[in-house]
Amino acid sequence: MRVLSLAGRRLAASIPTLFLILIGVFLLLQFAPGDTVDAMMAQMGGGDAKTAEDLRRFYGLDLSVSAQLASYLWRLVRFDLGFSAIYGKPVATVIAERLPATILLMTASLSFAFFFGLILGVVAARGVNKWPDTLISTVGLIFYATPSFWFGLMAIVVFSIYLQWLPAGGLSDITSTATGIWAVLDTARHLVLPTLTLGLIFLAIYLRIMRASMLEVLNLDFVRTARSKGLDETRIITRHVLRNALLPMVTLIGLQAGTMLGGSVVVESVFSLPGLGRLAYESVVQRDLNTLLGIIFVSALLVITVNFIVDLIYARLDPRITTGA
Amino acid sequence: MNFTRRAALMTSAAIAASVADPFRAFAQQTPRKGGVFVVHYGAEQRQLNPSLQASTGVYIISGKIMEPLVDLDAAGNPVGVLATSWESTPDGKTITFKLRQGVTWHDGKPFTSADVQFTAMEMWKKILNYGSTLQLFLTAVDTPDPHTAVFRYERPMPLNLLLRALPDLGYISPRHLYEGKGDIRQNPVNLAPIGTGPFKFVSYERGQHVIAERHDGYWKGPANLDRIIWRVITDRAAAAAQMEAGQLHYSPFSGLTISDMARLGKDPRFVVSTKGNEGNARTNTLEFNFRRKELADIKVRQAIAHAINVPFFIENFLGDFAKLGTGPIPSVSTDFYPGANTPQYPYDKAKAVRLLDEAGLRPGAGGTRLTLRLLPAPWGEDISLWATFIQQSLGEVGIRVEVVRNDGGGFLKSVYADHAFDLATGWHQYRNDPAVSTTVWYRSGQPAGAPWTNQWGWKDDVIDKVIDDAATEVDPVKRKALYADFVTKANAALPLWMPIEQIFVTTITAKARNHSNTPRWGSSSWHDLWLAE
Repeated sequence: MRVLSLAGRRLAASIPTLFLILIGVFLLLQFAPGDTVDAMMAQMGGGDAKTAEDLRRFYGLDLSVSAQLASYLWRLVRFDLGFSAIYGKPVATVIAERLPATILLMTASLSFAFFFGLILGVVAARGVNKWPDTLISTVGLIFYATPSFWFGLMAIVVFSIYLQWLPAGGLSDITSTATGIWAVLDTARHLVLPTLTLGLIFLAIYLRIMRASMLEVLNLDFVRTARSKGLDETRIITRHVLRNALLPMVTLIGLQAGTMLGGSVVVESVFSLPGLGRLAYESVVQRDLNTLLGIIFVSALLVITVNFIVDLIYARLDPRITTGA
Repeated sequence: MNFTRRAALMTSAAIAASVADPFRAFAQQTPRKGGVFVVHYGAEQRQLNPSLQASTGVYIISGKIMEPLVDLDAAGNPVGVLATSWESTPDGKTITFKLRQGVTWHDGKPFTSADVQFTAMEMWKKILNYGSTLQLFLTAVDTPDPHTAVFRYERPMPLNLLLRALPDLGYISPRHLYEGKGDIRQNPVNLAPIGTGPFKFVSYERGQHVIAERHDGYWKGPANLDRIIWRVITDRAAAAAQMEAGQLHYSPFSGLTISDMARLGKDPRFVVSTKGNEGNARTNTLEFNFRRKELADIKVRQAIAHAINVPFFIENFLGDFAKLGTGPIPSVSTDFYPGANTPQYPYDKAKAVRLLDEAGLRPGAGGTRLTLRLLPAPWGEDISLWATFIQQSLGEVGIRVEVVRNDGGGFLKSVYADHAFDLATGWHQYRNDPAVSTTVWYRSGQPAGAPWTNQWGWKDDVIDKVIDDAATEVDPVKRKALYADFVTKANAALPLWMPIEQIFVTTITAKARNHSNTPRWGSSSWHDLWLAE
C-alpha cells in the first residue's frame, strides 16, 4: 500500500512540528503577565503574600523557565501530560472528560455542513445564474457573514424562549432521570441548536466550494464524452461529476477539523457545553500551562488523524493519487 | 446599555413591587416539600472547600453542604450555627466557643471540638485567604471536652471582629478526612465536600454541573428542597436566556448583565433585588501610583476626584444597583459606618482645573497637561464602563488617559506585583468588618505581589497606627470611633478613592420562597428555601 507509506511518512514529519508548536506556546505564555497563582488569587478574591508563595512552590513555579520547559518535555516523551492546576487532576483525565462533547459537536456540525453544502452546491451549480443559484448563494453569504454568538443567542430567543421547542443550553437535562434511548434523544435535542449555529457558517463555505468545483468539472472533456454517450443528466452528475468534484471538499474537511476544535469556544460558551474550546480559553485565562499544552497536543493529534483519513479517502476517490508519484 | 433616569426609576418601582410579595405575603404559607432548585454558576473554582478558600464562588455551593461556627441573622447580627454560645475574657486573648451537640458529618461521624481545632490551626491559619491574616496571632485551640473549643490569641482579638469574620472565614472541615491524608490542598474531599449542612454532595462534572441532595439527618430537620443543581454557564447573555426559558431559577451575585437584570426586574416571573446581599458589599476604586511624581501630589489626586461626576455616572450607567460611596467603609455596615461627614470630593470641574494649575501642571500641546495609564480590572462590566468614564472625564481637564486592559492574572501582576500602572480601578470587597479585607488597602508594609493591598508606594504612620490600634481594640465603642477616625484620615490623604458603593444583585424566580432573608443569603445554607408550584 503506497498510500499508507505516504501517510506514514507525513505522520513522522509532523512529530517535530508538534514539538516546535508546544515549545512555542510554552514560551509565548511566559510573556503573558501573571501566572496561574495570580489568576487563582483573582478568582478567590485575594490572599496574603505567604499564601501566594506557598502556592507558587506547590505548582512548581519557583523553578526557572528552562527547568520548567525541560521537565515538561521530558514528561511528554513518556506520554505524561502532567497535572492541571485548575482542575487538580491529571491533564489527560481533564481532556478525556471534555473530548466526547467536542467530538460530538464537531462531527455533527461538520456532517451537517458537508451534507447540506454538497446538496445545495450541486443544486446551485445545476441552475447556475438562475434563481436557485442566486437564492442559495445569498443565503449562504448571510450565514457566513453573521457572527456565531449572535446566531446562537437569536436561536435561543426564538426556539427556547418564545417557542419553547428546544433547550437553551447544556448537554443533557440534569433534572430528568432518563436512561437508554431517552437519554440519547435528550442529548440529541440539546445538540440541535449548537450544531446548527456552528454548522451554518461552515455550510456557506462548503456550498461555495462545491458549486465552483462542480462548475469546473462540468466543463471537462470526460463529461462531454459521457453526455455524447447518451447518459442522462442525473447519472452524469452522480456517477461522474460528483466524484471528481468532491476532492476539494475532502481537502477542506481536513483543514477545518482543526478550526472546528478551536473555533467552537463561542458556541460552547453560548450553549454552555463542556467542550475543549472553552477548556482552552479557561486555561489561558487561568494560566494553566499544562492543560493548555495538553489541549494543543491532543488537538494536533486529532488534526493529524483526520488528515491521515483524508489521505485515504483521496486514494479512494481518485485512484491516480495512489499510483502516481 | 444606556438606561436613563426614567428607566432606572421604573426599575426601582418594579423591584419594589415584586419584592413586596415574596418577602411578606408568602411567608405565612406552608412550605412545599420537594423540588429541584437550579442555580447559575458563573465562575468555576479550583476547589470547593470554604475552610481553604474564601470566595462567593465556593460559598454558593459549599455553603449548603458545610457550615460555619457562626452566621448572620436577618438583622445582620451573629447567630450560632455549629457554635451555640461564645464568650471572651476581658483581655480579649481567650475566646471560648460552646459547640452544638448531636451534630454528625454526612458520613456519619460525630462533629466535635477536634474538628474545630484542626480546621482553625491547619486550614484557617495556614491556608485560607484572609483567614491567615485574621488568625495570625492565634497560638492554639484547646479542647477541654468534645463540645468546647477555646481559642488562644497572642494579642487581643476583638470578639466582634471574630464574630463578623467567622460567617465567611469560619467554615469547619471534617478532621478525620484530612488529618494524615497528605497535602490538604490536594485532598480529593476538597472537590467532593463532606459537611454537616442540610444538603449532601452528590456529583461534580467539571464544566457542566454540581449536584447536591437533601440530607435527612440535618440537625435542624430536613430541608424543603430535594436537590440543588448548579449549572456552569460562563456566558452572561446565555444565562439570562436560560432564566427566561425556565432552565435556571437563580442567578446570584450580579451574574447577569446590567441591562438583563434591569429587563428581568420588570418581568413578574422574576425578583431582581439587592436584598440578601448586604453582607457582600463592594466599592469601586480609583487607585493612584505614588511612584509617578505628579500623582504623589495631593492636589493632583484631589483634582482627579473633583473632575469626575460620580452621581451622573451612577444614574446613567449603573442605575439602581449602586449608590454614591463615601469612603472605605460602606453605608450597609451599620456597625462601623461613620457617616458622610468625612472629606468628600464632589464634582467640581473648575476646582479641578484650579488644583491642577496650582500643582504646576500647565496645559501643553493640544491642551494636555499629563498622560496617565489606567488599568481596569476585568471582573465586571461596571469597572469597564467606569474606566471609560474616568478617561473621558479627565480628558476634559487636560489629563490624557490611556486605558490598558488585561485579563485577571495580568491585571493583578501589573498592579500589585510590578507596580506598572499610574491609575488602576477595580473592586474593594468589604467583609462586614474593616479589619478583614479593608484596612490592608491602606496599611503600609504589604509585601509586593499581595493583591488588593497598599501597593501605592504610600505610607502614613498616623493611619498605620490607627489601623493597628483598631484591630486589637476590644471595646466595640472605642473600635467604632477608631474606624471613623481612620475613614476621615484616609479620605483626606486620598491614596485611593472609593466613590461608588455597590451590593450584588440577585435574580431569582418569583416561585422561590424564604429567599434573600439574611445579609449573606447566597452563601447561606438554604435549609428553609422552597419552591411554590
